Amino acid sequence: MSSPLHTQPLAALRRQLLSRDISPADLLHSVEASIAQHDPAIGAYLQRDFPTALAEAHRADLSLPLGGIPIGIKDIINVKGQPLTCGSKMLAGKFISPYDATVITRLRAAGAIPFGKLNMDEFAMGSSTENSALQITRNPWDLTRVPGGSSGGSAAAVASGTAVATLGTDTGGSIRQPASFCGIVGLKPSYGRVSRYGCTAYASSLDQIGPMTRSVADAALLLQAIAGPDPADSTCRRDPVPDFSAALQGDIRGLRIGLPKEYFGDGIDPAVRAAVDRAITLLEAAGAELRPLSLPHSSSAIAAYYIIATAEASANLARFDGIRYGHRCDQPENLRDLYDRSRAEGFGPEVKRRIILGTYVLSSGYYDAYYRKAQKVRHLIRQDFAQAFAQVDVLLGPTCPTPAFKFGAHTSDPLQMYLADIYTIAANLAGLCGLSLPCGTTPPTAEAPALPIGLQWLAPPLGEATLLRAAAAAEQLLA
Amino acid sequence: MPQEDHINVRYVAGLARISLTPEEEAAYASQLDRILHYVAQLDALDLSSVPEHSLEAHGCDFTRPDLARPPQPLDDALHNAPRRVGDQFAVPKVVE
Repeated sequence: MSSPLHTQPLAALRRQLLSRDISPADLLHSVEASIAQHDPAIGAYLQRDFPTALAEAHRADLSLPLGGIPIGIKDIINVKGQPLTCGSKMLAGKFISPYDATVITRLRAAGAIPFGKLNMDEFAMGSSTENSALQITRNPWDLTRVPGGSSGGSAAAVASGTAVATLGTDTGGSIRQPASFCGIVGLKPSYGRVSRYGCTAYASSLDQIGPMTRSVADAALLLQAIAGPDPADSTCRRDPVPDFSAALQGDIRGLRIGLPKEYFGDGIDPAVRAAVDRAITLLEAAGAELRPLSLPHSSSAIAAYYIIATAEASANLARFDGIRYGHRCDQPENLRDLYDRSRAEGFGPEVKRRIILGTYVLSSGYYDAYYRKAQKVRHLIRQDFAQAFAQVDVLLGPTCPTPAFKFGAHTSDPLQMYLADIYTIAANLAGLCGLSLPCGTTPPTAEAPALPIGLQWLAPPLGEATLLRAAAAAEQLLA
Repeated sequence: MPQEDHINVRYVAGLARISLTPEEEAAYASQLDRILHYVAQLDALDLSSVPEHSLEAHGCDFTRPDLARPPQPLDDALHNAPRRVGDQFAVPKVVE
């Protein structure tokens, strides 16, 4: 059976669109047919508006870089006129986006068609998409396993062939970890590279929007479309955006690759270790220069993250008050009762847990002991990376210590779920860019089929061109 | 970290304006105590050399020109309100 039209590389689709061998409507029909066939088993899509997308396809400007290409969107990003849920009962059925997020404006300006909203952990809080209040999303490689999270729907749609490419968000690994679990490419841009205007805020000093794709070249094209300064987001950097696709042309001879010893310690699954070691061997043979090094504060990253992220979440999610938008309880006795019950009824367990933790670490008498201390640890983590990048161009290791786990494996123990992000979280604390690249699979056993393994690349802030060059070279070596 | 404290979940949830059932309160108390015990590992670090204002601005320390722009249309702003009265959000009475 041949692969569906829309699973070809973006560059190939663009060539066929320009030559009129296919039309944007053909492409959209191909995506829609795949969703109808495969998504009932996967559950990646929360909603889609095919008639509107088809109308946009008919008037698509094919001269633009992504002219006529449909892109799936994590349902934390506002698309004007479409429902927004953030995977939460707080918003589901209660909110229509009044404006486009900047990334959507930019996708449209590049000719792309935002099509479909994708499932996620509620308000991006989770590592398995099990925290979605709306539906289960399954890993296309093994339907008994999670797709990762929080951008699980975005990853599963690409992996199951029901999307050309998607956007996700990454606060502590939420693009890279599901990309690893689902066997696709996931790119977290540097902090400030992509505007978050119109993206529902979870932890504002950590959140980033990025592409989830089948190839590094596709990620480069999509990043090109969404990156760059934005007057509507004061945290968006004004630095010029390089030509990311041009960066893919280089090779990796002489590229200095750091191997942090902390990313190869206890707890790593033997199959993950073997796949990463194989990739390292291939890279060295291709002329890369490998340098073992240390990031001494890595083991403190999760503790610092869960103080800083929850503190920011407790402030950001204060906006859900039952008055301006979102769920409102029935017949409140007074204003306090309205707040208390609307938030109790609208938020799910993990969101409540993080808001309470964040409120606690910011509360009187505890701020210095938790929040201020975590910020200082963050400084040390940033220093570790700065010292590492004085010696090497990129860092390399596994994206996750294990392949995708079974549903329910960590739901009774939130701390164990948090520890699954051990290799991804520090990049957010330091504002780095990072990318997960498929680097093989586990051997199939009686208990589990082959499961994908991700190789994580990290580069300094604004180092996406180097990151993409290294990942594209590795992609060729691993093919 | 303050070693003597167990998180008073009911009090903190009140600060966060979230009402909890007794079952939620018990579950969160145990889970959050475990998480706080985990984050107490930061106590072992020597942070004396880290400057007090150590969070750099990620290169984003600028502001845009202070220019007036058209506001969001009123109907757009009110469209998602769970209850509205005319051109205003509806809230319970807050004065006696």
